[in-house]
Amino acid sequence: MLAELAQMLLSLALATSLVVGLYGLWGVTGGGRTELGALSGQLRSTSTLLFGLVGIAFVLLIALFLGSDFSVRNVAENSNTLLPWPYKIAASWGSHEGSFLLWVLMLAGWTAAVGWASGALADGYRARVLTILLLLQAGFLLFLVASSNPFERILPAMPEGRDLNPLLQDPFMVIHPPMLYMGYVGFAVAFAFAVAALMERRLDPTWARWSRPWANAAWAFLTVGILLGSWWAYRELGWGGWWFWDPVENASLMPWLAGTALIHSLAVTDKRDALKSWTVLLAIVTFALSLLGTFLVRSGVLTSVHAFATDPERGIFILSLLMVVVGASLVLYAARTRDIGIGGSFGRVSRESFLLANNVLMTAALGAVMLGTLYPLFAEVITGRKMSVGPPYFEAVFTPLLLPAAWLMAVSPGLRWKESQLADILRPMWMPLLVTLGLGVIWVLLLGPFKWLTALGLAGGLFLIWGTLDHARKQLAKLAGTGEPVALTARMRKLGTSYWSMVVAHLGVAVFIIGVAMVKSYEIERDVVMKPDETVTVGDARFTFVGVDRVMGPNFVAQHGVIELTTDGRTIHLLEPQKRMYFAGEQVMTEAAVKYGLFGDIYVSLGDPLQGEGDTIGAWSVRVYIKPFMAWVWVGCLMMAIGGGMTLFDRRYRFRRQAAGAATNTATDPAPTAMARSSGQGA
Amino acid sequence: MIRSTARRLRLLWIVALVLAVSGTAWGVIRAFSDNMVFFYSPSQILAGEAPSGRSLRIGGMVEEGSIEREPGSLTISFRITDMGESIPVTYSGVLPDLFREGKGAVAQGELQNGVFVASEILAKHDENYMPPKLKKD
Repeated sequence: MLAELAQMLLSLALATSLVVGLYGLWGVTGGGRTELGALSGQLRSTSTLLFGLVGIAFVLLIALFLGSDFSVRNVAENSNTLLPWPYKIAASWGSHEGSFLLWVLMLAGWTAAVGWASGALADGYRARVLTILLLLQAGFLLFLVASSNPFERILPAMPEGRDLNPLLQDPFMVIHPPMLYMGYVGFAVAFAFAVAALMERRLDPTWARWSRPWANAAWAFLTVGILLGSWWAYRELGWGGWWFWDPVENASLMPWLAGTALIHSLAVTDKRDALKSWTVLLAIVTFALSLLGTFLVRSGVLTSVHAFATDPERGIFILSLLMVVVGASLVLYAARTRDIGIGGSFGRVSRESFLLANNVLMTAALGAVMLGTLYPLFAEVITGRKMSVGPPYFEAVFTPLLLPAAWLMAVSPGLRWKESQLADILRPMWMPLLVTLGLGVIWVLLLGPFKWLTALGLAGGLFLIWGTLDHARKQLAKLAGTGEPVALTARMRKLGTSYWSMVVAHLGVAVFIIGVAMVKSYEIERDVVMKPDETVTVGDARFTFVGVDRVMGPNFVAQHGVIELTTDGRTIHLLEPQKRMYFAGEQVMTEAAVKYGLFGDIYVSLGDPLQGEGDTIGAWSVRVYIKPFMAWVWVGCLMMAIGGGMTLFDRRYRFRRQAAGAATNTATDPAPTAMARSSGQGA
Repeated sequence: MIRSTARRLRLLWIVALVLAVSGTAWGVIRAFSDNMVFFYSPSQILAGEAPSGRSLRIGGMVEEGSIEREPGSLTISFRITDMGESIPVTYSGVLPDLFREGKGAVAQGELQNGVFVASEILAKHDENYMPPKLKKD
C-alpha cells in the first residue's frame, strides 16, 4: 500500500510541477498579462507543496526499507533483513532509483528554500527563477516516474533481499551521496538565477549578489561530498589511495572546478559589475557539468566503482534532458549575450584580473580533466578500441596548472579593485616569498634527496598561509588606525563574515597543498607476507603480526587480523584490519585499520591468506602503508567547505525588500530599462 | 610615439597569451598521449596486435584452475582468457577483493616474452562485472 501511495504522490508531484511550471513560463513570457506578484506567490506555494509531496514519498521509501518489504524491487535488490537499520535507511538512496528520488527531493528542497528566501526579490525575477526550477523538477520527476520508479513491485515477492552493496555499508558512505547531491543540485539555483536574468535581459550586480550565497552553499556541500567519498575510498577499498582519477570521481571534480571558478567570478560581478558574460556562462556550465556527472555515473557509460545500477535507456533519457537544459540555456545565452555586454573594465593588474587568472587556471584544469575522462569514451565509440589514461596523466597536468594558483591566491586579496600597482603589492612580499621558498627547500632537504616539485608545493602552501594571515593582520591594523582604539573582536566583526570565510577557505587550500605534497612525495607503500609473530619494519614503525581469527558481524563473517604497532620501541597501538565476507552475495570486503595522526597515518589492510607449508602456515599478505600528512588533505578540504558555508552568515546576504527593491521594483516588464542600461554601458 | 608603445605593449600581451595557451595545450596533449593505455583481449595479443615494451591493459576471465601461488611469497601467476585464447599473467602484490577464478579481471602491465607482467590488477567492485566483450557473446 505504501508503495502505491508513494507512486501516486510522485505522479501528483510530476503533474503539479509540469502544469504550474508551464503556467509560470506562460506568465513570465508575457502571456495573458499575468500579475507577476500573484504569480510568484503561487509558484512559491507550489514549490513548498512539491517539497512536501516528494518528501513524503521519500519517507515512505525509507519506511519500506525499514520494514523490509521485498515485494518492492528496489528494496529486494538493495536491502536484507540482516542489514543493520541505519544502513537500511541509507539503502533507500543506495540504488539508482533511490538516489534519483533523493536527487529530486534535493531539487524540491532547494526550490522551496529559494521560494522562502526570495521575498525581497522583484516579482518578475522571482517568478522566472521559480519557474525554471519547477520545470527542471518536472523533467527529473518525469524521468523518475517513467524509467526509474523506486516503488516498482515484483510479484511474487522475494523471500529475502539481495543486500546493500557491502562497499556502501559504512557510516560515512551514508552521508556521502546526500552531500554530493546537495552540491550538484544546489548549482541548479545559481543556474536558474543566471537563466532568469538572461530571460529578463538584466544582468546587474543584484543578480550576482543573489546568486552568491546559493552558489557558495552548493560549492560547500559539493566539497564535503567529495571529501567524504575520498575518505571512504581511503578506508574501504583497502589499497590506501584517496584519489584514483576514476571517471566517476572526475565527474564530481568537474563541477567542483567550474563551481570554484563560478564563486570567484560571481565575486567580481557582484562587486564590480565586470566579467558578466563569463559569469553567466560559468553558472550554466557548472550546472551542465553536474548533470553530466549524473549522466556519466548513472548511464552505464562507465564501468567503475560507482556504476552499480546502470541501464542504457536511462542514460539516453538523462542525456536528452542534459541536451534540452543545456542547449536551451546556451541558445538563450548566445542570443542575449550582446545585450549583457561584458561589463565594467579593469586594469591588467587588479583584483579582477587576478580572479580572472584563477578562473583561467580552473578552466584549464577542467578542460584537462574533461579530456582525460571523456576522450576514452568517444575514442571507443569511434574507433572501437578501449583505452584509458591513468593517474600519471592527470598528475602531470594538474600540478603545473593548479600550483601557480597558490601564489596568485596569496597576493590577490591585497590588490585593489580596478587598477593596482603590482610593485606596491610585491615590495613588502618579496622577503616572505624568499623565506617560504627557502623553508620549502630546507624542509625537503631534511627529509632526504631533493625534490623540486615537493619543495615548490610546500613553499606555495607556506606562502599562501603567510599571505592570507598577513593580509588579515593588515586589515585589522588599518581598522585600528582610523580613530579611537577598537576591540579586536569588534574589528574582526567589522571585516565581515565573508572576509573571514575567505581566510578560512584559502588557509584550507594551503593545508591541502602541503598535505598532498607530503603524502605524494613521502608515502611508503609496502605489500608484505607476514607469518604469525613476524615483525616488519617500515620507516620507524615496527609491525608485529599477532594473527587472524574469525569474528561474526550482523550480516558478515570477518577474518579479523591483529597487528601490534610499535614506534620508538614502545607498543602504542593495536591495528585490527578485517577481511569481511557478506552473507548475501558472498561479497568480500577489505576493512583497513588506520591509526590517524596529525603528521601521518599508519595504514594496514589484509590481503589474502597464503597456503604455506612448514613455518609459513598462517601467513597472510598484508599491505603496510605510511602516509605522512594525510590528515592535512582532509582537514584542508574541510576548511574549504567551512569557509564556503560561513559566507551564508554574512550580513550582506540578509536581503530586505527595500534594499533590493531600489534596483528591481518594476513588477511588470523590466526589459526596456535593462536594455537601455546595458547598451549604455556597452558604449 | 606613445600610442605605438601602447600598441606594441598590447601586441606583446597578446603574443604572450597565445604562447601560454598553446604551450599549455601542447603540454596537456603530450601528457595525454604519453599516458594512453590501450585495452587488448588475449586473442588480440596472440594475433600480435599489441605493442611490446609499452604499458597496456588486458582483460578477460581468470581461467578456472589456473591460479598458482609461490609458497610464502606474494607472487602469483594465472591465465586470463577470452574463452578463445588465453595469456599467462604474473603479478606480485596484494590482490583486489573480487579477484577469483572464473571472474572477470583487468590487468595493467607489459608483455614480456609472451608473459604478461602485471603491475596492477584492477578491482572491479561489482559481482556482476564482466568485460564488455564477454557479455556480448
